[in-house]
Amino acid sequence: MSRLISYEKKNTPVHKLSGFTKLVFFIVWCMASALTFDTRILLTMLVMGLIIYKISDVKWKQVSTIFAAVMFFMVINLTCIFFFAPYQGTVIYGTKTEIAHLFGNYSLTQEQLFYEFNVFIKYFTVIPAVFIFLTTTDPSELASSLNGIGVPYSIAYSLEIALRYIPDVQDEFRRIKNAQEARGIEMSNKGRLIDRIKNVAIIIFPLLFSTMERIDVVSNAMELRGFGKKKTRSWYSRKPLRTADYAVIVFIILFFVATMVITYADGSRYFNPFV
Amino acid sequence: MEKEISPIIEFENLSFKYRAQKEPTLKDINLKIYPGEKILIAGQSGSGKSTLAHLLNALIPCSYAGDQSGSLRVSGQEPAGLGVFGMSKIVGTVLQDTDGQFIALTVGEDIAFALENDNVPQEEMFKKVNEVAGKLELTSFMENAPGELSGGQKQRVSLGGVMACDVKILLFDEPLANLDPATGKRTIALIDEIMHDEDMTVIIIEHRLEDVLYRDVDRIVLMDQGRIIADMTPDDMLSSDILVQNGIREPLYVSAMKAAGARVLADTHPQHIESMDIAPYKDTIRSWYHSIPFHEVKTSDESVLTVTDLEFCYDEKRKIIDKVSFDIKKGEIVSLVGKNGAGKSTLASLICGFYKPDNGTILLNGQDISPLSIKERGEKIGYVMQSPNQMISKPMIMEEVGLGLASRGVPEDEIRQRAEEILKICGLYPFRNWPVSALSFGQKKRVSIASILIMNPEILILDEPTAGQDYMHYTEIMEFLKDIREKLGITIIMITHDMHLMLEYTDRTLVLTDGKLIMDAAPSEVLTNSEICDRAYLKRTSLYDLALKCDIDEPGEFAARFIDFERSASK
Amino acid sequence: MNFKIGIKEVVAMGIGTALFVVLTNVQIPLIVVPNTALQPRMAILAFLSAVFGPIVGLVVGLVGHALGDALFYGSVWWSWVIPDGIVGLAIGFFANKFAVKEGGFVNSKNIILFNIVQVVVNAVAWIICAPVLDILIFAEPANKVFAQGAFAFLGNIVVIGILGTILLVAYSKIAGGSNNLQAED
Repeated sequence: MSRLISYEKKNTPVHKLSGFTKLVFFIVWCMASALTFDTRILLTMLVMGLIIYKISDVKWKQVSTIFAAVMFFMVINLTCIFFFAPYQGTVIYGTKTEIAHLFGNYSLTQEQLFYEFNVFIKYFTVIPAVFIFLTTTDPSELASSLNGIGVPYSIAYSLEIALRYIPDVQDEFRRIKNAQEARGIEMSNKGRLIDRIKNVAIIIFPLLFSTMERIDVVSNAMELRGFGKKKTRSWYSRKPLRTADYAVIVFIILFFVATMVITYADGSRYFNPFV
Repeated sequence: MEKEISPIIEFENLSFKYRAQKEPTLKDINLKIYPGEKILIAGQSGSGKSTLAHLLNALIPCSYAGDQSGSLRVSGQEPAGLGVFGMSKIVGTVLQDTDGQFIALTVGEDIAFALENDNVPQEEMFKKVNEVAGKLELTSFMENAPGELSGGQKQRVSLGGVMACDVKILLFDEPLANLDPATGKRTIALIDEIMHDEDMTVIIIEHRLEDVLYRDVDRIVLMDQGRIIADMTPDDMLSSDILVQNGIREPLYVSAMKAAGARVLADTHPQHIESMDIAPYKDTIRSWYHSIPFHEVKTSDESVLTVTDLEFCYDEKRKIIDKVSFDIKKGEIVSLVGKNGAGKSTLASLICGFYKPDNGTILLNGQDISPLSIKERGEKIGYVMQSPNQMISKPMIMEEVGLGLASRGVPEDEIRQRAEEILKICGLYPFRNWPVSALSFGQKKRVSIASILIMNPEILILDEPTAGQDYMHYTEIMEFLKDIREKLGITIIMITHDMHLMLEYTDRTLVLTDGKLIMDAAPSEVLTNSEICDRAYLKRTSLYDLALKCDIDEPGEFAARFIDFERSASK
Repeated sequence: MNFKIGIKEVVAMGIGTALFVVLTNVQIPLIVVPNTALQPRMAILAFLSAVFGPIVGLVVGLVGHALGDALFYGSVWWSWVIPDGIVGLAIGFFANKFAVKEGGFVNSKNIILFNIVQVVVNAVAWIICAPVLDILIFAEPANKVFAQGAFAFLGNIVVIGILGTILLVAYSKIAGGSNNLQAED
């Protein structure tokens, strides 16, 4: 599991906030980022994200491998956009300021560069938020936080179970894969597609079967301990909201309203520097 | 026991039949358990003991439907009327699978789980959880995840989780199945302390009788085919032959005394070897010991697996395997023992090639196997996982057994022929056209072994081959392994927690502790060496105590001769 | 339809999500082009929906995808999370018909129904929903996102059609039990 981002206990102001606050912040933040395309707002969010990243003392080591993976994906995505639609920017901003002709129908335009830059920073408003959320939120608080924002507790609790069993399932997967490999079943890139799928089936089947058994055992255990009998449940690890939490929640709601007002004030979602 | 007190649990003429079954699983059960008693329920798989437990916590009839007659009262109430939730406040059930019972992300949360479900305010929860954790010495682990705990600690968390509800009765479903022997012993001691401190009634379902009897038990209830066939004190039960007749293993010292021809009497208190009055039997046992021929060690001198200075670590911090060297001869059955996390599975993984060692060599028949891939090693060294369900990936037996050959491109005719051959050896030939799902657990285990044997490996490595099996299935699996060793001349390495298995079926034992090999000797020597047993979380065999009490000064030799005697008797 | 959430469904959501997340980076590469690999976890999603019903399918699709994205890639692509939820939800509507646990998923009628459902659902999710969300959120070019959607559609119908069907049939055979077996000499 070393590759995955995980929570690290620290004493920063961000860590001290309740999981509920961080969940609300994260969701509203993602919504703002999804709805706006206003460069000024995206840049503001980017800067804010980096500041909070700094405050929450996330260590680069914790996230560097994943950051590399995401960058790789972004480069491919941005290149794809260009090859599929070299004039998407022109369509959006309504002007065409050519920088250089490349080949065939492909020219590089300022509008396209600006548009792709916007897509790029749009991603970069979410990435630090995910990093911060995952490294500063105690997973134990997540279920109670989801319940806090109105998700039924049974569904919220399923998240706790998921986080609880990811390491166990991961470990079991590794052991089954090894044992099957010793029998000669490999997940390789060779062979016909149908054979490769069949080999994956041979490895996944025992894992799935043992997962189904685990589901039976765990549901019996939960029933014996009284899960689901009452309409509500209390939470051992819920952190009570303090002044700072209320302040953050009020702030993010106001911030969201402001981003929407600024974005759509001129009737367009885009900030257009070309006219 | 003052019988004027009314029983806390009372079964009256109770019978129960599961809806899907033709025959009732429980027949005419009459049983009274009084407050403060500790009752051991023993019986083979299918004897009805888990069904009895399900009735106590109301999983029957709430989760498993069926027809019930007769009555059951627990603490004056009918479980069926209270439901699972209501009963959970009276009877606390600790399941066998501690990983399944540990539901939350941390120790604190898990102890609080039932309180959360009952909507107890947070402040009160903190108080209660801290109180329970203190009693179970879990206070310094409150924020730990289950992955960071040992099996014994997880079990204490399970116990804490039910104690948080102030239950009156503790019900343990095979509490020792997944624990190393020393931890099992500690668990039994802990249960004893808790029940006295908290004034509770305890019911333990377990077939590892000797380990439960480490502390006093009031009565043993023996079940067979849905009936209670005996309900008596341990002293009475051990002095009869009823356990053996019903497929339950007696404590080893009792078996040895009976083997020596002694008639064990209840008034000598055979419940614990430490406090038993051995004087009446001493001469019989001594003369029997001297009549048995000296234990002979026969080994082949042909090495099959030679491991030299093996080292491995996941990260720089700690060596998981530290300079391990040993040599295994052809045809040997070797046990690999040590507490959880001692490096047993890692060592097996290194031999199978799942991990690459940092240092050291592994030779198979004198050849270095480091260049071989996992798949190539798999043809020479077969690996069988603990649960057959983790290995079986085809619905039909024939397909499953042939899978290893099919993946190596062997023609279909040959696969069929070899599969039939191996199924005959494994006693599965009559079922060759069945789906795997129709088999019993023991048969499935044999299928998973057959599907490895078909590749004709020279070494078979088994991870906990008998974990969670009762004596009958244990014997079935182990006799099967002994049999294939003779038929195929294969070498077998077993990772195990079971001291009986070590002693009875293996020629040699490798003891690992913190990644180091601390002993490589005959099992009878290992299990009579107190220092090694303590370091490796093993449990010294009771044969040792018996030998010393009889003034036999070579307890290792005594244990070895007893096992020799048992083996020749079973032939 | 199975909208009732019992304890078993809650646990299936939780452990199913864990399984889905663990299989995030288990992929079967189709061709060298990146981002086109087959995702076996989609077969797990289809399996769980077909066995446990729509709510379990929805939650495993949404939470599993979001959590997998976040843990493995440090970002969450909501425009691809939601279609996974749709796939899980819609296949789950037919759970009672499939009767997987009762051993019903062994006849060709159910296998065909399952595959019709999964093809239709995947079409809605990947050819309509995902590209439209990509256009709405990222203003990405239509031809690009529809091409991506088409790839995802093809990959998922192949993986669910083959792997999902294999898993369901095998599980149904085992869970349903078997009668009329006789030992042979």
